[in-house]
Amino acid sequence: MDLNYTPEELAFRDEVRAWLRENLPAELRAKVDSYQELSRDELLRWQKILAAKGWAAPAWPEEWGGPGWNATQRYIFEEECGFAGAPPLLPFGLSMCAPVLMKFGTPEQKQRFLPRILNAEDFWCQGYSEPGSGSDLASLKTRAVRDGDHYVVNGQKIWTTLAQHADWIFCLVRTDPNTPIRQEGISFLLIDMKTPGITVRPLILMDGGHEVNEVFFDDVRVPVENLVHEEGKGWTVAKFLLGHERLNTGRVGISKRELAHLKEMAAERPDNQGGTMMEDVRFRDRMSRLEIELMALEITNLRFLDQMRGGRPPGAEVSMLKIRGTEIQQGLTELMMQAAGNQAAAFKITQDDGAAQIDPLTSRLAARYANFRKTSIYAGSNEIQRNIIAKATLGL
Amino acid sequence: MNFELDQDQQMLADSVRRYLADNYDFESRKKIIASPEGFNEQTWAAFAETGLLGLAFSEEHGGFGGTAVGMMSVMEALGEFLVVEPFLPTVLASRLVAKLGSGEQRDALIPGVIGGEIKMALAHSEGPARFNTAYVGARAERSGNGWKLSGAKQVVYGGAVADRFIVSARTSGDTTGTEGISLFLVDANAAGLKRTAYRTLDNQRAVDLAFDGLELGADALLGAEGGGFAALEEAIDFGIAMLCAEASGAVRSANDDTLEYIKTRKQFGQPIGSFQALQHRMVDMFVTQEQLKSMQYLVCSRIDTATDPRERSRIASAAKIKTADSCRHISQESVQLHGGMGMTEELKVSHTFRRLTIISQQLGDADYHLQRFAQLSS
Repeated sequence: MDLNYTPEELAFRDEVRAWLRENLPAELRAKVDSYQELSRDELLRWQKILAAKGWAAPAWPEEWGGPGWNATQRYIFEEECGFAGAPPLLPFGLSMCAPVLMKFGTPEQKQRFLPRILNAEDFWCQGYSEPGSGSDLASLKTRAVRDGDHYVVNGQKIWTTLAQHADWIFCLVRTDPNTPIRQEGISFLLIDMKTPGITVRPLILMDGGHEVNEVFFDDVRVPVENLVHEEGKGWTVAKFLLGHERLNTGRVGISKRELAHLKEMAAERPDNQGGTMMEDVRFRDRMSRLEIELMALEITNLRFLDQMRGGRPPGAEVSMLKIRGTEIQQGLTELMMQAAGNQAAAFKITQDDGAAQIDPLTSRLAARYANFRKTSIYAGSNEIQRNIIAKATLGL
Repeated sequence: MNFELDQDQQMLADSVRRYLADNYDFESRKKIIASPEGFNEQTWAAFAETGLLGLAFSEEHGGFGGTAVGMMSVMEALGEFLVVEPFLPTVLASRLVAKLGSGEQRDALIPGVIGGEIKMALAHSEGPARFNTAYVGARAERSGNGWKLSGAKQVVYGGAVADRFIVSARTSGDTTGTEGISLFLVDANAAGLKRTAYRTLDNQRAVDLAFDGLELGADALLGAEGGGFAALEEAIDFGIAMLCAEASGAVRSANDDTLEYIKTRKQFGQPIGSFQALQHRMVDMFVTQEQLKSMQYLVCSRIDTATDPRERSRIASAAKIKTADSCRHISQESVQLHGGMGMTEELKVSHTFRRLTIISQQLGDADYHLQRFAQLSS
């Protein structure tokens, strides 16, 4: 057993690190570092920079423009990007729609969509959840009825992340409402967001941010060539997607960066005794416990990677990465807010607020704490993750 | 990076597990803990025979290991079977002999330890010290060619059957100073050494030692006079890595027992494991088990490779915090999920509870190590 990276892996890490230092634009990094919202163009700009280097899609096969990295290299890359403060790569096209197309798409669909996904020409969003179908996804009701060469789609999706920016949406729709097993009447459709009949309505979250939306479909006509896999086999596609690329859900690199950030704050901000928060024993101990949990999570993540590399892909237990990873992320945002003390009350100060004494970053901490409550809810709530482990790993 | 154990390590761990499965089941253990000494000679002889006792030493000292990674699977097995024989106390004390001892001291003790004839214990902790390694109130003065020791030691694990103690005593400095701590080899039957044995919560045996003017020869001093602190810290860090692995094995045992129980125990016409309230708690226990296992790998690997003692101690403290928190979580939850049966001596889980509770305190509780971790992080 040796928990150190090999010389080759270290060389790879250094290469990635050096490249990021040269090529991650300072203004993007500064925005990420100070918790500001990124625009559509900023998000796409970073992906285009990576695409030009051939690094936009680490998990893709080489034939479609992937870099040909193994699982460890992908993990190192992800971790270095997180640690460097790179903007997130949105998963909807790169790591959700694309793998589905590679697995189930027709040659025409692959040719048409994959290069545009890779080069950040299309912005994708995901149409899964509905008002009545959250954790119980198979109860979805959005209907698609065949009409000649088209499906006519009616219904509503919700929690659609960044739909306001999207060119395309991939959707689970019900093509047959009468199957005895409800999973069997579902199909997977690609829909152009410019199609008449689509309305996007913002859902503003409690931090004031516009991340998610409701998307309404009113007699939206979708060409049948946009059906992926067979009609009625959408659930197979959805399940494939759930099992895909789950080894990055721990977000260890990002949390390491945030922990470093938290420690800087704790070393600067005053406690109640004339010292700094770093000297406040109650605060410091909570911070230490988070740091230690993160140390362990990193090794857990690497153990899963090691199993993968050894040809024994881990099963449902990888859900623990999502559970612990999000608990750590939430804990970090909470402690940052706490480090700011009474100043944390200020909410998103801007230049328009004139001579406010509190700096803008501090005024984003409470909002960020509020925002991060989403992490234990989205992508399969942490309770659903526990159900998965209980059933598939523990046999309960 | 790889997580594979090398073949020799794996084979030894497997043979230990096999031996314990055949000879150290719950019923056999019951007889051992009920015996006056709380110790089984055959178990110890088997440890010697399988080479377990040589695992703690490098080849240069006549062993065939000496690494934390090499020992961790064995500690896991001892944790799983709740072995009460004082393996870890013997390892910690005799490794100090290997590290600090003169050629004569090593020759006199290490082959005997490896062969199973000599058991050792580290007599360091004292009543007012809590977990502070630097706290040594016992005193040693020069007396003729040798030494005269006065003081008391408390909760010395493995002390009931130890043949030889390493006793820390102050040759200079204040009671809590890191300078001036010396280590002495003391025969268990030495005249003037008062030894009081008692049972600990986990059914192991510990002793309190008292000595007033205990006469020792010049050859009793182990290592440099006054320079024992760094070696004690290193021994404790190594011990923490071992406890982390032992806890990992005990936690897995508690979780396996609990999972089995909630799958078979029926109430309201169904297994209680079908209730989501219990399923989610069981999953959290499983996650704790895996996170602890990761911490075990991390600390054992780093203990073996760390070159900076501060960094080594920082990781050890992190591991002990994780170990203590995990022990508490799993011991409490495993009993709770067993309901009333979990409270009884008849089920193994209550014994696992008792060992886990002690491990969480042994070599420093979570609060002590949180303080140490913070100091070493700054």
